[in-house]
Amino acid sequence: MNAPMKNDDLLLRVRDLRMGFAAGRGGQVLTAVDGVSFDLRAGETLALLGESGCGKSATALSLLRLLPPAGRVLGGEVDFAGSDLLRLSEAEMRSVRGGGMAMIFQEPATSLNPVLTVGRQIGEVLERHRGLSGTAVAARALELLQAVGLSDAERRLGEYPFQLSGGMKQRVMIAMALAGEPRLLIADEPTTALDVTIQAQILDLLRGLQDERRMGMLLITHDLGVVARMAQRVGVMYAGEIVEEAPREIFFTAPRHPYTHKLFAALPDVAARGRALETIPGQVPPLSAMPAGCRFADRCPHVEVRCRERSPGWTDLGGGHRVRCHRFAEIAPAHRGDPGVAVMPPAMPTPSLLTVDALKVHFPIRRGLLRQTVGHVKAVDGVSLELGRGRTLALVGESGCGKTTAGKAILRLIEPTGGSVHLDGRELTGLPRAALRPLRRQMQMVFQDPFASLNPRLTVGDILAEGMQALAIGDAGPERAAAIARLLGQVGLPVDAAGRYPHEFSGGQRQRIAIARVLAVQPDLIVCDEPTSALDVSVQAQILNLLKSLQESLGLAFLFITHNFAVVDYLAHDVAVMYLGRIVERGRVDEVLRAPRHPYTQALLSAVPSPGLDDRPVIRLAGETPSPAKPPSGCHFHPRCPRASELCRTSYPDERSFSVSHRVNCHHA
Amino acid sequence: MSIQPVLLWSDALIWLLVLGVVAFGWASSRTPPLRAAWRRVGRNRPGMAAATVLLVFVLIGLLDSLHYRPPLANRTPDQPAAYSIEVLSALDALAAPLRTRMEKTYSAPLATRAYAKESIEVRDAGGAVHAVRDFPRLAFGGAHLGEDEAQRDADVLGRVLAAEVVALALILVVSGVGAVLLARRQAIPWPQAVRRLWRGDTDIAWNAVLFSLGALALTAAPLLALCVDYHVFGTDKVGQDVFYQVLKSVRTALVIGLVTTLVTLPIAVALGILAGYWRGWVDDLIQYLYTTLSSIPGVLLIAAAVLMMQVVIDTHPQWFATAAERADLRLLALCLILGMTSWTGLCRLLRGETLKLRELEYIQAAQAFGVADLRILARHILPNLMHLVIIALVMDFSGLVLSEAVLSYVGIGVDPTTISFGTMINNARMELAREPMVWWSLAAAFSFMFALVLAANVLADAVRDAFDPRAAVA
Repeated sequence: MNAPMKNDDLLLRVRDLRMGFAAGRGGQVLTAVDGVSFDLRAGETLALLGESGCGKSATALSLLRLLPPAGRVLGGEVDFAGSDLLRLSEAEMRSVRGGGMAMIFQEPATSLNPVLTVGRQIGEVLERHRGLSGTAVAARALELLQAVGLSDAERRLGEYPFQLSGGMKQRVMIAMALAGEPRLLIADEPTTALDVTIQAQILDLLRGLQDERRMGMLLITHDLGVVARMAQRVGVMYAGEIVEEAPREIFFTAPRHPYTHKLFAALPDVAARGRALETIPGQVPPLSAMPAGCRFADRCPHVEVRCRERSPGWTDLGGGHRVRCHRFAEIAPAHRGDPGVAVMPPAMPTPSLLTVDALKVHFPIRRGLLRQTVGHVKAVDGVSLELGRGRTLALVGESGCGKTTAGKAILRLIEPTGGSVHLDGRELTGLPRAALRPLRRQMQMVFQDPFASLNPRLTVGDILAEGMQALAIGDAGPERAAAIARLLGQVGLPVDAAGRYPHEFSGGQRQRIAIARVLAVQPDLIVCDEPTSALDVSVQAQILNLLKSLQESLGLAFLFITHNFAVVDYLAHDVAVMYLGRIVERGRVDEVLRAPRHPYTQALLSAVPSPGLDDRPVIRLAGETPSPAKPPSGCHFHPRCPRASELCRTSYPDERSFSVSHRVNCHHA
Repeated sequence: MSIQPVLLWSDALIWLLVLGVVAFGWASSRTPPLRAAWRRVGRNRPGMAAATVLLVFVLIGLLDSLHYRPPLANRTPDQPAAYSIEVLSALDALAAPLRTRMEKTYSAPLATRAYAKESIEVRDAGGAVHAVRDFPRLAFGGAHLGEDEAQRDADVLGRVLAAEVVALALILVVSGVGAVLLARRQAIPWPQAVRRLWRGDTDIAWNAVLFSLGALALTAAPLLALCVDYHVFGTDKVGQDVFYQVLKSVRTALVIGLVTTLVTLPIAVALGILAGYWRGWVDDLIQYLYTTLSSIPGVLLIAAAVLMMQVVIDTHPQWFATAAERADLRLLALCLILGMTSWTGLCRLLRGETLKLRELEYIQAAQAFGVADLRILARHILPNLMHLVIIALVMDFSGLVLSEAVLSYVGIGVDPTTISFGTMINNARMELAREPMVWWSLAAAFSFMFALVLAANVLADAVRDAFDPRAAVA
């Protein structure tokens, strides 16, 4: 605010922006964004950070006036290039959208029109905002595709969105956004739907384009890592308000708002290993019941009487750092723990619970009238694992690498094509279903999406009782009711939850229900398929704490399927990295994460944006994961590998041991 | 002198359906998601107005589904009671004047004289008999006027006005009672209750219900006031009152619309779920079945089946005690045939939805517990398909009513003795070609069928909006 700036540099000036959603028939409006103010200069990136439902996307959409039908802008000013956007007519607004400011959406798969070619969709913007026509359109579209680094751009112009991968679609979206030569780019979670290696590519691209064109960028994200890599200034949003605004360096070294502290503390990483993560108790207040005082008061550990009575005003701390908190001066600035190497307890030789040997899952590709098999998608192609009682094995990889399929094949939810799975010394593959049923008690699964994993038509009590009923555990009646009450207590839910329906619970609570459902049959092994990827950071911390304490008290073994290395670092004992249906590296967590041997693991680890100021070099991987229907010859990774040699193109590397537990499939490791 | 109740097959099915609807209503009131969805229907104003209209049609149909055989007058008291071979319904009893007062042939609505000239023998003052060609006086239409036929317009106007006044008074009374009940339930003074009722500020859109009740009363009152002494919609070729025919057609339409779904529903749900859940050869077989069935032109298939059935019925006259029973069986057979040919759409829909559901994680969680497949189908898949089933049921209803009309028009519909919208329209084919044209049968059948189908469609829209999870999000 008080930073010296030239007036002509100022691109966007938002003052006291308020928007809400009409609710009910009474003309009642629930305020979702309440008095948001910020400035954005040319060439600058401002990140709006916050958990889901805090109003960051609603803010962005209000700037473009692209609100959903129930949305209403209630007041404020949005000065962009000398005019107040909220007072423009709809026709004038059309030339601002795309021309003055452009937006990139979260989900590239649904943001492109599937029936128009890429060239046509970019051409639409060029015709509208640049007044181009005829061959000039095609020429400019080609330039744009080349600018966003799309390989083989000439051919891509005539292709349809379904022919492109997720990363390519996001590049096309960026090219479309750039076509109108906007001065401000709004990126709403631009990489959330993408894998880390692709995310690194897209973030680099956005940064390069921004420097080149001196665009302003409003980046909306929930990922502190992305903020650290991209932003110059950060605004933290909570419940429709900005609660803290700071330049990047100050934000990561000396944040002052208790909510910001909590966000950092809830992040899992190796420094937090062995102790419970900090969580934020309670939930974001609903729009219909916003507290009159500080909105964070109910969840704040430093709350006082005055916090509840009146809303804190802005306090300027100098250097562009301001905060909305009554007590910021009394709260010590949090210093982020030094992410040094934590001391790992030496691996205890535990008896093996699960042994997977050369597990294969091949899906036939059928074509033609008679549905002949013309090939196989080798989703899982010879995976071997070992997991001891009470330990956690993380299965890590990017989307499409077959990690979820492997997890389901171990539980026989998908029939494996080959290989063997031993649970507690008993062979599972090939067992008839009836013989498998008693074994189901020992192994269970927690799914990724807490909204799809609970039947909306059953009460929580019925959901929890299902496993006990199916496996005939305990008698129906009071005994089972007592068991359900105990389970709910175990996962930290109130007992009266048993009579309610899943839709009455938040995402984190639903995931607790899913965990309780699994615990009901007292399994030894739980396959967790990305159980926290759909949750906010603070809720993720709660679930991770829960899993960890359950493991300690019940001696559970977890096969933890994830793409999130921070979670692996926090929770896992052993790690296996998968690429295209095969495990390329496995070992203890400190071996794989601290001293990775396989170039893919190295690249993956370096691509994960770290939520701090350390600027590590990123190993950039070219291209994207090939299709498992046509894996490359030799080492599957060689087309993207910086160290590939002739040998890699011809033969798949054998497993090489670097310690008792650390094994790598690479010729050059 | 008691009557002999007759339970026709279609009556049994209709009352079974009523029972089913009551049971389903009870079950929905205990299942919060369903209850919430029905509440959304209740808040939908057009939906509730349509439901009111539909309810009146259903009441007419239900009255017409209580059948009996009236006793014949015994010649001697010690003889065992004998019953007429004619099967009547409660509606027939109520509308006895409409049913019994047959004219000779066509007469226009509210006419006092027939529609065509006849040779009438008139005795003049001198006592000589002349043959005069004139429009003969109707036996019943406007008979109360006597010679004073010029009084007709004044009489009609007077009756309409009186009826409307009564109707208005009735609406006011009903609304007032509603307001008092609302006031008592919400413990508010009654002027406030009236205001809330008027603005629709209630849990259920009572203002729409009262509005459509009012509209119905204003329409029905003059019809009822006039129908006792006139033929409000005229008479048909054999002199039967068209208003009576229209009332009788309502039941036929409801039977076709509702009983058919009893046939389609089990087939569509069972096959759709099996195909979607088990996939593989089961899916191939079921898909093959419905693809084949739906590629044969529907009318052709129905015509073939109906003709075959007709032969069976005609060759076994001993199966039926009365003509009504035969006609009823034919109606049911038509429902069966329509049902057998129209399950494919719903089945395809349910198969697709099941394919989607079976990949959901809660189904996989159940599989991971080793829950039996049939139990997964009943507990996890079927309840999550219910919204589709309800939407399809309500939407199919109007389509089936219309298809009955088309089939009867083509001549492969209901028994010719069964009064239905289709047979009325079929007869109108000849009447429209007459000179002068007879338009009232067609007009009456058309407007009643239009009202019924429109109400069903509007209600279907409301139900779809309330039950479709995607629509609820928007």
